[in-house]
Amino acid sequence: MNREQLVEELKQQIIEQLNLQVKPADIVASDPLFNEGLGLDSIDALELIVLMQQKYRIKLANAEDGPKVFQSVDTMADFILANQTTQAG
Amino acid sequence: MFINGASAISPLPVFDALTKGINFEFLTAAKGRVAEPDYSNLIDPKLIRRMSRIIRMGVVTALDALKQAAIANPDAILTGTAFGCLEDTGVFLKRLVENKEEMLTPTAFIQSTHNTVGAQVALLLKCHSYNNTYVQRAHSFELSLLDAQLWLTEHAGQAVLVGAADELTDYSYSLLERFGTFKHQCGGEGAAYFLVQSAASASSWAEIETIHTLYQPTEEELLELVRSISAPAKEQPVDLILSGEENHDEKAHLYMNVKAAAGDNIPVVNYKQFCGTYPTASAFACWLGAYWLKTGTIPAGWGPVMPAKRILIYQTDNLGYHSLILLKAC
Amino acid sequence: MQQAIYLAGRGAISCIGNNVAENIAALREGSAGLGPIRYLSTVHAASFPVGEVKATNTELAQMAGWSGTNSRTSLLGFIAAREALQNAGLWENDRVKQQINGKRLRIGLISSTTVAGMDLTENFFPAFLENAAAGKLRYVRQHEAGATTERIAAGLGIKDYLNTISTACSSSANAIMLGARLLKAGQLDIVLAGGTDALSKFTLNGFNTLMILDQQLCQPFDKQRRGLNLGEGAGFLVLVNEKTAALLGGNYTVKLAGYANANDAHHQTASSPDGTGSYLAMKGALEMAGVEPAAIGYINLHGTGTQNNDSSESTAIQRLFGDRFPAMSTTKSYTGHTLAACGALEAIYSAVSLEEQVLFPSLRVQQPVIEEPGVVVTQLRQVTGLRHVLSNSFGFGGNCSSLFFSLT
Repeated sequence: MNREQLVEELKQQIIEQLNLQVKPADIVASDPLFNEGLGLDSIDALELIVLMQQKYRIKLANAEDGPKVFQSVDTMADFILANQTTQAG
Repeated sequence: MFINGASAISPLPVFDALTKGINFEFLTAAKGRVAEPDYSNLIDPKLIRRMSRIIRMGVVTALDALKQAAIANPDAILTGTAFGCLEDTGVFLKRLVENKEEMLTPTAFIQSTHNTVGAQVALLLKCHSYNNTYVQRAHSFELSLLDAQLWLTEHAGQAVLVGAADELTDYSYSLLERFGTFKHQCGGEGAAYFLVQSAASASSWAEIETIHTLYQPTEEELLELVRSISAPAKEQPVDLILSGEENHDEKAHLYMNVKAAAGDNIPVVNYKQFCGTYPTASAFACWLGAYWLKTGTIPAGWGPVMPAKRILIYQTDNLGYHSLILLKAC
Repeated sequence: MQQAIYLAGRGAISCIGNNVAENIAALREGSAGLGPIRYLSTVHAASFPVGEVKATNTELAQMAGWSGTNSRTSLLGFIAAREALQNAGLWENDRVKQQINGKRLRIGLISSTTVAGMDLTENFFPAFLENAAAGKLRYVRQHEAGATTERIAAGLGIKDYLNTISTACSSSANAIMLGARLLKAGQLDIVLAGGTDALSKFTLNGFNTLMILDQQLCQPFDKQRRGLNLGEGAGFLVLVNEKTAALLGGNYTVKLAGYANANDAHHQTASSPDGTGSYLAMKGALEMAGVEPAAIGYINLHGTGTQNNDSSESTAIQRLFGDRFPAMSTTKSYTGHTLAACGALEAIYSAVSLEEQVLFPSLRVQQPVIEEPGVVVTQLRQVTGLRHVLSNSFGFGGNCSSLFFSLT
């Protein structure tokens, strides 16, 4: 899967996991997910940690890494690609 | 104690009753589900995404009752729920079993807490007032009302938001059916909230004259109480009984004796045929009674010929919970 | 003048003891009851220390004298509630004593719980998920919160008034509050108020999803705190008004002089950074008691050990007390977080602090959240002149309660 596909897949998964009332096209990959952006909060961050684990087998060591990784769909995609490469290598 | 705002969501479409009236129909679906209004204008979509049915209908009826009474910030928020947030409880339990306690997500757990409805109302209103949740089976609503009454005697001039909510889920339906709960009546669910104050206002629906709960009383204790609150000696007799009696109810004799103790030839409407059976159905009955007293629109042949002045709500169950609520027109 | 509400009896069961005396002995010895999971069947047994009551359900049933299928929540609740009635001299012929000097008293049971019979339901569920007609119904008969209270009431012989409150971790503090209000209004003569919660997979996994469980022994009110340890147990208080106190002729040393509940209205689970809810609850309790903050000698903190609670609670305390802090500690470092039971258990510990003029230390504190020396109690401290204490309990849904106890 290339990065573009991953970004689209992530948008769909985020909407499903968080039961967001928006369409994938409404989410701009570089926009912030939390607060002013999609209005996500700390509970959503915990949901996204599980999503990363379930779908991508990537475990965030602690909840404090959340804000950095979950800044936007872009940062999530980067984090997944970086960690999957590490695992494959 | 006066009901100065009231709102309900029930299998019978009643949410817009004040503007659209009620088209009375008996509930026929075995698994009675509430007729939900279009929530898009009622709650922020960003907030509704985590709300299960019990939370949605609880929050919306609470906000509606407040709006009618023009109260922005109540001085207490009291909620009765016998079962609590069953949908979220079921979701979390199912995943717990299926995922073998791994990779679980927090939302369902958080929302499964019994006080979620009252808490969400407080959160939406940014209301720091006293907030409590009662979970005592078929007394859950009545115990909330009794707390409202006590609070108003302790705090003159204040406004209390009080109500009840319960939801029927696929899991709870299967289980309760196995217990025989739906032998005589369709399963039901619903939410109703009331804004109550010590004084009547332009938006008043009715006065709550008395609230009584009894747990496993003798029949004589029960009938004595019924006589004492509805005795013809009082200047106003009871005009109508809203009864929790079910079809072919094993307690039919008890309902009959209560009716007789309340007065002669009082018409009876069995409210569970509209909302289904669930432990806080008396909150729906309280709403319906208040609606009839406010609008004077009891369907012909159901109620007294005169506009009703006093409505008695009585319900009991197989566990020995009994409750009586007496409503008066104002 | 507010009518006085007296503590006429108490009962407790937790991981530090099966009765009040054992609980207090453990607090005096600084001996926590936390450790690896032994009784609950869970895949996380090796991951999270908890505070389990040191008895199997069969052993608890023997203590209670009960047979049949009962939730651990009901068993714990009954054992503590019965002890409270015994302690108040209101237990006779294996049931509550309702006639005092020829007068029939109205007695209410106000219990509270968050999990209720979930310990049984969660073991029933796997079979039920496979087939909706499977699983024995006796395992879900006590699922409802009200059902556990019913079972306790049946064991005690109480019928006059039954109620259950479920407001997460402030539940039993709210039960005590309601009890006091009903007594003041004269609606009841005696109230048995408290709470009970058994450890369950449901709550253990639930708190785990929030990532607030400590994998080591918790370190509440320490700067290095990592989270909470769950516990289980039950606590009940017998409360009486002045009229009943005179009738019983007891010499009661502790009274409930104030209480308040306020909502944080910030977030479904997290406490606000400025501790609005807890501040309002403590302030309300002080105002009802008519006592200035400076008169408070000790606070039994909610003090769970999560980053969020302890920082929010200490901020609220700072707002209320300025720089004149009372002594404070959190007994959750012994018992773990017992959810619905903690308000009542900690009310009992607070009452003993008043009676015995002793402050129980917080365990494992190295760098206290409030740095001022001596404020966070870290060694057993014998004191003199302690007259007023606060006990805090805060829960999900922003539900914050504070109870204020005084020597009579």
